[in-house]
Amino acid sequence: MREQASISQASTTATMVEMRGVNKWYGDFHVLRDIDLTVARGERIVICGPSGSGKSTLIRCINHLEEHQQGEIVVAGMPLTQDVKRIEQIRRRVGMVFQHFNLFPHLTVLENCCLAQMWVQKKPRREAEERAMQYLERVRIAEQARKYPGQLSGGQQQRVAIARSLCMHPEVMLFDEPTSALDPEMIKEVLDVMVELAEEGMTMLCVTHEMGFAKTVADRVIFMDQGQIIEENAPEPFFHNPQSERTQLFLSQILGH
Amino acid sequence: MIHNHKTIEARPAPSSTIGPIAWLRTNLFSGPINTLFTLLALYLLYLLLVPAIQWALINADWIGTSREDCSREGACWVFVNARIGQFIYGLYPRDELWRVNVIFAVFAILVAWLAIPRLPLKRWVAAVTLIVFPIFVYFLLYGGYFGLRVVETHRWGGLMLTLVLAVVGMVAALPIGTLLALGRRSHMPIVKSFSVVFIEFWRGVPLITVLFMASVMLPLFMPTGVSVDRLVRALIGITLFQSAYMAEVVRGGLQAIPRGQEEAAAALGMGYWKRMGLIVLPQALKMMIPGIVNTFISLFKDTTLVMIIGLFDLLGIVQAALSDSRWLGFALEGYVFAGLMFWIFCFSMSRYSQYLERKLHTGHKR
Ligand SMILES: Nc1ncnc2c1ncn2[C@@H]1O[C@H](COP(=O)(O)OP(=O)(O)OP(=O)(O)O)[C@@H](O)[C@H]1O
Ligand SMILES: [Mg+2]
Repeated sequence: MREQASISQASTTATMVEMRGVNKWYGDFHVLRDIDLTVARGERIVICGPSGSGKSTLIRCINHLEEHQQGEIVVAGMPLTQDVKRIEQIRRRVGMVFQHFNLFPHLTVLENCCLAQMWVQKKPRREAEERAMQYLERVRIAEQARKYPGQLSGGQQQRVAIARSLCMHPEVMLFDEPTSALDPEMIKEVLDVMVELAEEGMTMLCVTHEMGFAKTVADRVIFMDQGQIIEENAPEPFFHNPQSERTQLFLSQILGH
Repeated sequence: MIHNHKTIEARPAPSSTIGPIAWLRTNLFSGPINTLFTLLALYLLYLLLVPAIQWALINADWIGTSREDCSREGACWVFVNARIGQFIYGLYPRDELWRVNVIFAVFAILVAWLAIPRLPLKRWVAAVTLIVFPIFVYFLLYGGYFGLRVVETHRWGGLMLTLVLAVVGMVAALPIGTLLALGRRSHMPIVKSFSVVFIEFWRGVPLITVLFMASVMLPLFMPTGVSVDRLVRALIGITLFQSAYMAEVVRGGLQAIPRGQEEAAAALGMGYWKRMGLIVLPQALKMMIPGIVNTFISLFKDTTLVMIIGLFDLLGIVQAALSDSRWLGFALEGYVFAGLMFWIFCFSMSRYSQYLERKLHTGHKR
């Protein structure tokens, strides 16, 4: 009963993701320190920061690919608990795109997009394929639907991964450096898809160092260092008038060359 | 980045530049030491092979019905000929042999189907082989249903029994081994320690001990009056033993799958069993096939140990036949025959596994 209540409540909340006082350790190593972050529905957030600062860990906590030890995470109105059912419930509403695509190499592109629809959402195959083709078309790769991931270029694979995620109709998308494993000429085709997605109003949390992308779509840019959120601001002031010294140093390093 | 090179093997030069003489010169007679060893090896081969061929083929007796027909100094294959029925079927009733033959035929077809790459529906045929076929074998071999006469298991023997032991042991060990391997990787402490203890226990005990335990200890756990068939006892022992080895093969396959695969499946909302059954295990299976075949080969040979608990597998029945007073003195023929049969089976399996390994090396696509 309470489950029911929290779900119907969920679909009306204006807050998509809320993290309050989140802490995480790997053994003695303090990866996330007192993270407070609220993401409104429809908001686009870009997270940047030096390597090892905990960006991946932060967004992976949201769908419980990593477990946090302290603090509270609420996704679509549902508090994230240890309960396996709850975790799966949340994961169904949260899409994720990985740096290394993580497509299933033993399945075709189409099967990659249908599998979870059929086994998680219990859709009949025909319906799942229809939706899969619809999204593959949107990421402009429908003609490759019968191929295996190994036969596609990196950029094509990443677009398939985005389509696979969108097929589940997520309410929020997490991107973990989606373009950093790609050759330069393929980055744009993936970013274009992401910009379109942002324009359609998808809630997005995106770890990336593509500052052009951050400037065009982000509502807020978050800078992390040593497991802490050091600074967050709209892109315009963030890039032109960074407050903290560490942000200035980081920006000069990645924009400098 | 996921790379998908299709490497092309280096090929030998066209035959015009390298004839048999040239090959001999570069490989066998390239220097004085090489030449010496080549000649020595040839001489040893000559010493061994010539008498062997003379004994087994040239001076051998093939046709006849009794030992009087074996007059020449070579092998007496008449003995094997006269006993071949027993060697293959054990003491299975002569007028029911068609049942065994049907099973042999179905088994051969299924295996051939799985081994020939061009045939479709591999997945379904594999499922039939692993699930439907054993049930079919049980009803047909044991009988008692559909008007078939019951044939007690103590009449089963020979090659047929060897195959029953090895195939049942294998088929039953696959799912149990898979569960144990998953258990060993589990985060649940009880499941994990149970799996570890189980695997390490069975891997540390020789099969012969397991068989003794199965025949002596199993009845102790049974309620009085209930007796477990000797064959069933051996099968339980072999299955548990084999499961432990299978678990390690499966674990090796699971470890070869990148963690990102399971994470991607999890991020799509798939639960544990779906992640394993749809994503991780199907990919791991490809890598496990050579290992599975190898454990199967050693199991196939190890089944000869059931002799010590009074079951007559191929080797056991050959040995029993040797003590027949009408055929005394033909032990060599008997053992050579048994050895050859085992070798044919194991060699073909090993070739098949090598072929699979080569196939798996050339690309990840289907
Ligand atoms: N499983 C783990 N065990 C121990 N330490 C870990 C583990 N995973 C990550 N770390 C450490 O936690 C820190 C943060 O890792 P994280 O992957 O979140 O960084 P990141 O900001 O995403 O860096 P990058 O830009 O390199 O991806 C790093 O110092 C890393 O070494
Ligand atoms: Mg990272």
